[in-house]
Amino acid sequence: MHAPRTLWFVAACAAAAWAALPATAAAAGTAGPALGLPPVPVPADNPQTAEKIALGDKLFNDKRFSATGEVACSFCHDSQKGFADGPLVTAEGINKAKGTRNSPTVLNSAYFTSLFWDGRSPDLEEQALHPFVNPIEMGLPNHDPILAIVRTDPEYVTAFSAVFGKSGEAITIREVTQAIAAFERTLVSGDSPFDRYYFGGDKSALSAAAIRGFDVFLSKGRCVSCHTIEQDHALFTDNRFHNIGVGVNRIQGDIGTLAPAFLRAKAEGIDVDKVVLADPKVSELGRFAITDTLDELGAFKTSTLRNIAITAPFMHDGSLATLRDVVDHYNNGGVTVATDPVNDFLSGGIRPLDLTESEILDLVAFLESLTSPEFAATPSAGGTTKGTQP
Amino acid sequence: MNLQSRRSFLKSAGTAGAVATLPLSLVEVAFAKPEQNFTFAYISDSHIQQIEGTKFVRNWDRGLIRAVAEANLLQPRPDFVMYGGDLAQLGNKPELDHGADMLGKLRGKVHHVMGEHDYYLDLGEYWSKLFGPQWYSFDHKGVHFVVLNSILTYDEWTFERWPTAEQRMLEMAGLDNPNGSPFMVGDKQRAWLAKDLAKVAKSTPVVVFSHSPLQKIYKGWNFWTDDAEQVQQLLAPFDKVTVFYGHVHQIQYNQIGNIAFTSAMATAWPWPYPETYAQAESHLPKLTVHMNRADPFFERDATGWQFIDVHTGRAATHFNLYNNKVRTVAFNAASGRPEDTAYQDPAARIAPQSHF
Repeated sequence: MHAPRTLWFVAACAAAAWAALPATAAAAGTAGPALGLPPVPVPADNPQTAEKIALGDKLFNDKRFSATGEVACSFCHDSQKGFADGPLVTAEGINKAKGTRNSPTVLNSAYFTSLFWDGRSPDLEEQALHPFVNPIEMGLPNHDPILAIVRTDPEYVTAFSAVFGKSGEAITIREVTQAIAAFERTLVSGDSPFDRYYFGGDKSALSAAAIRGFDVFLSKGRCVSCHTIEQDHALFTDNRFHNIGVGVNRIQGDIGTLAPAFLRAKAEGIDVDKVVLADPKVSELGRFAITDTLDELGAFKTSTLRNIAITAPFMHDGSLATLRDVVDHYNNGGVTVATDPVNDFLSGGIRPLDLTESEILDLVAFLESLTSPEFAATPSAGGTTKGTQP
Repeated sequence: MNLQSRRSFLKSAGTAGAVATLPLSLVEVAFAKPEQNFTFAYISDSHIQQIEGTKFVRNWDRGLIRAVAEANLLQPRPDFVMYGGDLAQLGNKPELDHGADMLGKLRGKVHHVMGEHDYYLDLGEYWSKLFGPQWYSFDHKGVHFVVLNSILTYDEWTFERWPTAEQRMLEMAGLDNPNGSPFMVGDKQRAWLAKDLAKVAKSTPVVVFSHSPLQKIYKGWNFWTDDAEQVQQLLAPFDKVTVFYGHVHQIQYNQIGNIAFTSAMATAWPWPYPETYAQAESHLPKLTVHMNRADPFFERDATGWQFIDVHTGRAATHFNLYNNKVRTVAFNAASGRPEDTAYQDPAARIAPQSHF
């Protein structure tokens, strides 16, 4: 049932680097892929090494790479919060600058085929370039201040020399983001109760409610069509983009003017990365802002459901407080309030589900079974009653 | 298709005039007579279906709502919108009214084509009240547009065979129903067409809209017009003729003589290709690039709508598809026929899905 284990030196390297949360990485390192996960894809030009991963970890946590000296990558991707920043609704950068989108977890991002909610980066290396220089994230004018530090700080000088064989001007932002990406590729996390039940054959690993919820997940809930499960692993994402009626519902009256105006501005050379994180309305154009494709208006990336219960609030805009709220939104056919109008560009996969109250609760129980053991103590945001909308 | 690939497409489009104005694109291309270049949107086959009272099939509603909302975003604004027929499923007043309501949100003038699902309940009476004449012509920026009602049939079938209008409608509404009857334009309308075209210079580009194809594709499914050859003959003297049709819910294109044919996608659902048809020789268009298999989860998959730019009298049809790449079928002056601008070359095609 398990995938080939050829790539599992990756996780072995991680064991040394990720001391704070050793369970997943250590387990994976000694026993092959964490249950339920496939081998981590590693780009040929950025192989994993223990030294590189340790360097990436250090860079990931270095607050000096921000305009205020207070914000590191880990500021929004906090290992104590499932590598997200709950309960913040949307991310906060330097000087409490408010972004438009909910910080996604870094966990299992190694498997994503594009990064950011709108997929505007093709890989982890490219993704890591942007938050440093986004005015509402880490706020640097350019990457030079980072390079100035890593070229002179004695620890970094030693590390970059050991990892890349480079020093001084030869160190570029490319090496910095490669090391960060290598670290992020170790943040893989499976072996949840669901994995032990489904892939491990332990029928006692799930509660009766979660087992019933799994059936809803596969059938009436229509969840699995996007949050995919394969024969020998489950990423719980199709790595695609869908308009599910979140966020875009708030700008319905504006799309007619907003979409053409945005494209005009884009053609004139605005920085899309900056605009989508700063302008709440433009943000809701979603994947369309990247591809100009009508089919992707208001569409955002399917997020993995692994460890979903510990990364509240939910959705790209953090607009849903509990998993119960999320299930209600889908049950309503793509609207959070059942009587609200459905948006014109809604994905053809979204329609009212007619779930009963007990099916909803079972589905939430199933979603809570996707939490990896190392996060078992982190508070869950399942929610058996409706949460409050921020 | 992103801006980047649009630009590279524009760069690589060596054939004269084979340049696309894409939705929301700001690419402006100068032709010899720029005042004669224009775009229009083309939406078809929504099959709005009443369940009871004010309840309609959600899937078909969403298809039309989405096409209308997207067409409203086109930049530059299309000069007009064509609606290609089969707005209703069973031709009743609630369906046509509900469809007209949704189409009412379109920005700009809408021209309508009659479909058999609009017609066979009351023989087009209520449709005509809403949308006007069933066949007509108009001129726009140097192009002569003709709209035909191509879904008429033999009088005996229409007036004598069925005990009720409802049953007549149901018999014609089935795709592969052997009780159906071949579509035709008919003597009266062809006489009108001959007269209408007599006023038009042979060098004037002519664009014809019908609901059924004015060519014979597959009789078993009524992808067919019985007097297609006679209509084609009336169009034969013109230098540049383009025929657009709906009805088939799939992308088809081919060239017969001087006539370039291009079909429309439906906003409601896809039909498969009638490849199993193996009777006597027909003018079956070469089905060059098949759509990916429709994913039943995504109700919009394998549906879509079109926007068309007309330049120097030739058309490029852009298919706005869901869960699929946008496709463009443009007249290629070098080969003298419409061709897919990306996938015509067998090496450029997307391999069929083999894993489910």
